[in-house]
Amino acid sequence: MGILSKKDAALILDPLADNNPITIQVLGICSALAITAELEASIVMAVSVLFVMGMGNVVISLMRNIIPSKIRIIVQLVVVATLVIVVDQVLKAFAYELSKTLSVFVGLIITNCIIMGRFEAFALANGPKRSFLDGIGNAAGYGFILIVIGFFRELLGSGTLLGIKVLGDPIEKTGLYAFGYENNGFMLLSPMALIVVGLIIWVQRSRNPALIEEN
Amino acid sequence: MSFKNKLHEIKEQLKGKKIAPAFNALHTFLYTPNETTHSGAHVRAADDLKRTMNTVITALIPVLLFGMFNAGYQHYSAIDAANGTPRTLDILGNFLTFDNFWMGALTILPLVVVSYGVGLAVEFVFAVIKGHEVEEGYLVTGMLVPLIVPVDTPLWMLAVAVVFGVVIGKEVFGGTGMNILNPALTIRAFLFFAYPTWMSGDKVWVHQAVERAGTPDAISGETILGYLAQGRGSEYTYSISDMFFGFIPGSVGETSTFLILLGGLFLVFTKIASWRIMLSAILGALTMGLIFNGVVDAGWITESSKFYGLMSFAFWQHLIVGGLAFGIVYMATDPVTGSQTNKGKWYYGFFIGFISVLIRVFNPAYPEGVFLAILLMNVFAPTIDHYVVQGNIKKRLKRAKNSAAKTLNVETV
Repeated sequence: MGILSKKDAALILDPLADNNPITIQVLGICSALAITAELEASIVMAVSVLFVMGMGNVVISLMRNIIPSKIRIIVQLVVVATLVIVVDQVLKAFAYELSKTLSVFVGLIITNCIIMGRFEAFALANGPKRSFLDGIGNAAGYGFILIVIGFFRELLGSGTLLGIKVLGDPIEKTGLYAFGYENNGFMLLSPMALIVVGLIIWVQRSRNPALIEEN
Repeated sequence: MSFKNKLHEIKEQLKGKKIAPAFNALHTFLYTPNETTHSGAHVRAADDLKRTMNTVITALIPVLLFGMFNAGYQHYSAIDAANGTPRTLDILGNFLTFDNFWMGALTILPLVVVSYGVGLAVEFVFAVIKGHEVEEGYLVTGMLVPLIVPVDTPLWMLAVAVVFGVVIGKEVFGGTGMNILNPALTIRAFLFFAYPTWMSGDKVWVHQAVERAGTPDAISGETILGYLAQGRGSEYTYSISDMFFGFIPGSVGETSTFLILLGGLFLVFTKIASWRIMLSAILGALTMGLIFNGVVDAGWITESSKFYGLMSFAFWQHLIVGGLAFGIVYMATDPVTGSQTNKGKWYYGFFIGFISVLIRVFNPAYPEGVFLAILLMNVFAPTIDHYVVQGNIKKRLKRAKNSAAKTLNVETV
């Protein structure tokens, strides 16, 4: 890791695996359930959060010495809200259909507990560079899980990936559908997303037993 | 050396190896283990888990056999109806015939085989990974599953659902006895939400109706609840005795209330299932049915309402159509997922019946609400038990306090 010191690299890499915001800290579950029925929406959500968290952490970090601690939550909200509105407007301008699919969930990035959590826990106490890395790392860890869930939900639920019919056409009965295969409608419902998150947690912890919490 | 001794010898050789639990499961299925306990006090009782499971399976056999006859009967009578010559039921003449049985057996036995094969395979894999003995829990689930699905459920769907139900519904919680939800109903719920077109509608209840759809040989068979949910209650021709004895379309084992009743009595008599749950569930269903009938009688809804069909359905008839009877007798009484306290069982059962009829009437997308009601109450069963136990503790504390106060008074006097 040439440019980054070991400590800095850990800021990015840790949240990807052993300190993942979704599977280890169990934060940001609501959006992981709500918008992962399609892979494309998951990716856009991941990128949006990446932008909001990276920028937000930097802004908060720069202002950390002048924010009065009594009103810091409000200041944080203003920063997130501003960034989210930027994302929302960009989506509406360049990907209108997609912004309709994501509907309120882009706006609800504001309430994503991971973002406020990192502002509170990291950006308020660290310099802009490290805060930026931390923001990027956590957003990537969040986005990675989102994309994995989105992949399985879209593949098994609709038989498509990014809208491409990878398993054949369910109406004309080509590909897998010719053998009687059918899409699993349960995959498109939120409860199944929770179960997929649970399965990811299961796999991760059985590969690394150190992550299992003590009762 | 006898076969029995040989098996004991193999068991000794396998001791400590990974595959041992898998072998032991097959071994104890054939013979009692040769080990005896050497120390400590033990309760010797015949009603071990295997015996319990086998009793329930015995109670299910008549239902399964009837399901086979009925699957054939519904198939052939749907064909007759499509040809313009509707059948009238003649029990010996056109119901208990070999043709019906053969047709039913050929469609239902594969369901049984897949259910047991896949489910037990999952159990074996988990036993080997965890190094536990294989648990008998799946024996009853494996028999219940084919009875609560439509006859033509594709086998691969059933297999996927069984894997899901056993792993997510049971093994993740720690296996038999630790599960929160009834595994058989988890499997049905999975099928219902994953493949709704195969679990409802007028094509799935009769063998071959799906593959014949759109051809000149098309046949169909709607369930009574299906008719009612669509407000076509006047169109079906089944009599009350058809409903009670089960000559109606429906999931494989759910149609014959009569045989389910016999099975239920058998389970109550052998003290396997709780009569409190069964009775209170029946009361719950009747109560909700009466409330709906009352609403109709009071003229609060009109015939144009989409709920009218099911709301005006006579309250006691809810018990003999659909899966309510089957659910109450075989699923709600599951000792693992139901309430454990006697008082709790009354609440638990009552709400199962109550909510079942509620879902039936108010959610036309789910003309059958029994499995949802039971799963919901499964989740609440520990809470009910908690409050019953706490209530009892409070009562006894109060009593202890009162009697202590009394003795104190006596002494001071």
